[in-house]
Amino acid sequence: MPQELIVFIKHLINGVQVGSIYALVALGYTMVYGIVKLINFAHGDFIMVGAYAALFSIPVLTGIGLPAWFCVFVAVAACALLGVVTEKVAYKPLRNSPRISALITAIAVSLLLQNLFMVCFTSSPRPFPEIFHVPDLRLGSIQINGVAVLTIVLSAVLMIALQLFVQKTKLGRAMRAVSEDSEAASLMGISVNRTISMTFAIGSGLAAVASVMYGSVYPLIDPYMGSMLGLKAFIAAVLGGIGIIPGAMLGGLVIGLVESLTKAYINTQLADAVVFGILILVLIIKPEGIFGKNIGEKV
Amino acid sequence: MKKNLRSYGINMLGTLLLYAAMLLLMSSGMMDRYYQGILMSVFINVILAVSLNLTTGLLGQIALGHAGFMSIGAYTAALFTKALSSTLESASPLTSGAIFLVALLLGGLVAAFFGLLIGGPVLRLKGDYLAIITLGFGEIIRVIIENLSFTGGAQGLRGIKRLATLPMTFWIMVIVVILLFTLGRSRQGRAIIAISQDDIASEAAGISNTYYKIMAFTIAAFFAGIAGGIYAHYIGSLTAKTFGYAKSIDILVIVVLGGMGSLTGSIAAAVGLTILPELLRELLGDFTEYRMLVYAIALVLVMLFKPSGLFGRYEFSLTRLIDRLTGKYKPGKKITGKETAVHD
Repeated sequence: MPQELIVFIKHLINGVQVGSIYALVALGYTMVYGIVKLINFAHGDFIMVGAYAALFSIPVLTGIGLPAWFCVFVAVAACALLGVVTEKVAYKPLRNSPRISALITAIAVSLLLQNLFMVCFTSSPRPFPEIFHVPDLRLGSIQINGVAVLTIVLSAVLMIALQLFVQKTKLGRAMRAVSEDSEAASLMGISVNRTISMTFAIGSGLAAVASVMYGSVYPLIDPYMGSMLGLKAFIAAVLGGIGIIPGAMLGGLVIGLVESLTKAYINTQLADAVVFGILILVLIIKPEGIFGKNIGEKV
Repeated sequence: MKKNLRSYGINMLGTLLLYAAMLLLMSSGMMDRYYQGILMSVFINVILAVSLNLTTGLLGQIALGHAGFMSIGAYTAALFTKALSSTLESASPLTSGAIFLVALLLGGLVAAFFGLLIGGPVLRLKGDYLAIITLGFGEIIRVIIENLSFTGGAQGLRGIKRLATLPMTFWIMVIVVILLFTLGRSRQGRAIIAISQDDIASEAAGISNTYYKIMAFTIAAFFAGIAGGIYAHYIGSLTAKTFGYAKSIDILVIVVLGGMGSLTGSIAAAVGLTILPELLRELLGDFTEYRMLVYAIALVLVMLFKPSGLFGRYEFSLTRLIDRLTGKYKPGKKITGKETAVHD
């Protein structure tokens, strides 16, 4: 097999790996947007919190004899709690105020988390240990990183599970009902507040999984790591059609691939600009995203 | 008409008094370089905040790319004066001042041009999407500046002549505030406010939404460019990183805290938020680490308890204050703006 093709395939796999992380994060944006019509700017920073939670729990876990990758569960629990608390404290009181207030609050929560962690743990990056010991996969002359395979498989499993949950279970149906019409849903006996809390918990939990996977790819974490990651995941959600779960997955993969290939073949520094360029193109050409339906505004 | 003239007179007098006080403090040596630097930042932040208030306050849209326009103005103005550096060496203060003003104007115009260019596609969106897309453009501007060679790339632009003086900046600020204040009360300003209240109703009332939205966006970009030009000629060097997402948020915080739609609120918040960290630095030692944390908490609290900001839509008026002190003020009759600043 020619060397260039092998390199190209490597970049592709790398793109899919990063893309599936973006997809996991994008799911959080999409679910929250679908249900409360709010772009949770702080979602990216939940990832950062998840990464720190995982990092600090590793010594404790290994201390009591558990494998290090159990830190995923700690991170998920921490992020789910953070998501629910943030919603209750900061977003819920503003549910009926103008959208602009909720948006500014979300930006403020994001700033708050970043700066709180910077004050507590300084801004210097901390190394994230290797927690997954997976053997590399060999396919002929191509060697695939084990962590990459694990990331891709795990995200795929989580996404399928989420899709089944939303489509097949009673709670999932409640979520869809609230996102369609929260007032009607509450009349049908669905607890809107609980459903919203659950959505935040699931979305933040997925972000926590993403944070650990991200830490395995880029093993340095700092208080600002979430903002760019979050923005790209958000772009992925918009690209796929915000509020639509399969859209977030597709969007994540596209963004991951575009970024990886831009870095490899054009210019590392331009990668971010290209990703934002995609966002701008999508918003201009088809603002409802790839899977979105255009719904006219009602007066 | 007579009342207006009196009001103009009072405000002019107030401005002149402020100016005189500043000159007096400077010449008597009570205000050293450190304080002069703070004052300069105050002036620049006031220009930035009142210009962003046009998009965020009057038009009611969150724009997160204001620092991008600032950087375009800064680089344009700096490159212009750098190109003329040989002329500037031998120029009289009057000529160099004129060159500086031309540079600022050029910076503003180029920023406005980009505002116009970006505004077209951007302003088809609103709310959250508009916030994200302006953020996107701001970041793209930053990345492009970092990758161009004539802007000095990531190393930045150095050796810009420090042409910005306090008195000049003061008057530029005053002019910007007056222009934006009159704009807010003009036919165009009312159209922009109407769009922010209800864009469908305003379109039905015959207001061209696209035209006025792009106009507001372009004018805001123009003044951001001017602020950038002043900044460049005050600091003396530029790096694209300064104008990132964080800078845009800084300006937004000022506008939101001051009250969206209130120019005097923006001015008060700009003055307060620029001076406060410096004061706290003197009291508590190094405060820079906590500055953003305090901003963030303040923002959350303001949004939860007074979402319209400290001033709301209220405008401080010197004339009214004097009338009140002399007992001439008759309240009532005039209908003030609604408390809720922005309608979705």
